[in-house]
Amino acid sequence: MTELPAQAVAVTRAFGHFVAVDQVDLEVRPGEVVGLLGANGAGKTTLIRLLLGLLRPSGGEIRLFGEPPSRHTRRRIGYVPQGLGLYDDLTLAENLAFSAAAYGEGPEAAAVPTPLRRYRGTVTGALPLGVQRTAAFAEALAHRPDLLVLDEPTSGVDPLARARLWETVAVAAVAGAGVLVTTHYMDEAGECDRLVIMAAGRVVARGTAQEITGDTRISVVQAGSWAAAFGALEAAGLPVALVGRTLRVPGAPPDAVRRALGDLPAAVTSAPATLEERFFELTLSSGQTEGPS
Amino acid sequence: MTAPGAAESGGDWWGTEDVCVKFGDTLALDRVWFRAEPGRVSAVVGGDGAGRTTLLRCLAGALAPASGRVRRPARMATGYMSAGSGVYPDLSVTENLAFRATAYRVPPQQARERSAELLARAGLDRVGDRLAGQLSGGMRQKLGVIAAMLHRPDLLVLDEPTTGVDPVSRADLWWLIARAAAGGAAVVLATSYLDEAERAQDVLVLDAGTVLASGTAEQIVAAMPGTLTITSERPAGDAGRRAWRREGRWRVWDPAGLDTEGAVAPGSRDVVMPDLQDAVTVAILARELALVPAGQESR
Repeated sequence: MTELPAQAVAVTRAFGHFVAVDQVDLEVRPGEVVGLLGANGAGKTTLIRLLLGLLRPSGGEIRLFGEPPSRHTRRRIGYVPQGLGLYDDLTLAENLAFSAAAYGEGPEAAAVPTPLRRYRGTVTGALPLGVQRTAAFAEALAHRPDLLVLDEPTSGVDPLARARLWETVAVAAVAGAGVLVTTHYMDEAGECDRLVIMAAGRVVARGTAQEITGDTRISVVQAGSWAAAFGALEAAGLPVALVGRTLRVPGAPPDAVRRALGDLPAAVTSAPATLEERFFELTLSSGQTEGPS
Repeated sequence: MTAPGAAESGGDWWGTEDVCVKFGDTLALDRVWFRAEPGRVSAVVGGDGAGRTTLLRCLAGALAPASGRVRRPARMATGYMSAGSGVYPDLSVTENLAFRATAYRVPPQQARERSAELLARAGLDRVGDRLAGQLSGGMRQKLGVIAAMLHRPDLLVLDEPTTGVDPVSRADLWWLIARAAAGGAAVVLATSYLDEAERAQDVLVLDAGTVLASGTAEQIVAAMPGTLTITSERPAGDAGRRAWRREGRWRVWDPAGLDTEGAVAPGSRDVVMPDLQDAVTVAILARELALVPAGQESR
């Protein structure tokens, strides 16, 4: 039997009366990229901290490579946190050397990858964000982890740099690592083999983007004046989104939208929902509000 | 004739004409032409160091160009949110807005009504007494946008309002942006998300201070040079330098029919219609390839 890099079985974690993670089941298999999506307060970060062994569950069980999280399992994980986890005051080469030593790796793991070589002697805090992200990836991958955990890895980088970071992720997965990645960027769902959507601490959907979107539809308004139509839909309390000069209204059928528009000249049709619109619906219907801060 | 670096108002659009900005020896903006029109949302896209913030600061009147002209409304008719929301962390949500209303001479009654309405719509009505520094990232960004649009400016300039923000807050932010444009403001926002640029009516793509592309998303896509193919394997050799990963497969950009010599295996490739993300990636890639001649690349 192949061991699972990461597994959560009915995991719950409460902070006082607040249940941050509620009966969550999750598996990351070898060679698989799993995308974890959720709004703020959905419980993603708490779940990641549970999986990394930084928090203990209040109920349920976490298993990494078939055993409870420990110092031993930690060595098999590569982690890129939201804040990247690099030391700003060290040079790039020093950061990589420090990390390699912490993992007990030899000098080959401390080698600065070719695309980063020209920055090796620069203090990390002074480097462009895109370069820092590439460095954080290199550091997390240097010890050839069997589980890679990435928390919003591509925030704020240009599309080409983003594609290259995803290529790095794919290479690690092809080599057999399981990958768990969070993102706020729905376009990146296409880079994942499978998605898990969390809201209010629970898993509310799982599967491919297509499976999750299913046959959900939304209303689309093409109006002579989008601004006037926007005003009318807003006054009717409908959740309206502007896309170019088109208005999209999730969660309201075309006839309701037509009524809200009154006698404004507009064509109202229905269209398949995007993943982001479906996500939005799932989050709102879960009753989630932003957690206590 | 207007002096270099002068700001102008009047006319039915705001923007820059042939603007250059220098920081020491670095040319942060290099002959940038940009136009933002009332009632429209314009997105300024580009990576780190592209010059987005510099352009936005020029439009907001926070920075004078070395040459060229900036057309912008009077300061009181401009709304500006700097990167990182620009709210006062030690003031509460309502204090932040009251302070802004005073600075922009919004009558108190009107300021209270408009604040209450925008806060309620953005889901901030229950955190009015909370210090801005204690808000979540998404809430703080929403407060920043509300503060910038409170006085109904003619030009609303927003520096990365949605970076790092979750999708639910992002939807609220886009509602605020649409609301400002529906009210007649010219809205200019910097973003690194191309799905957002696709939602905007006009797009400006910057890289290293120069304009790589501008127009509507459709115009930018139509102007993309060469062709784009999809393959299931990363191509070898020279074509590999023009390839990038998207949705589990490879996009290969062919500027001028180079790939007919079998660099990409026949039968495994399909020509695709590019979208804005592809067109912008090609623009950045083309620039990078021009800067790094073949054989010297770092990959």
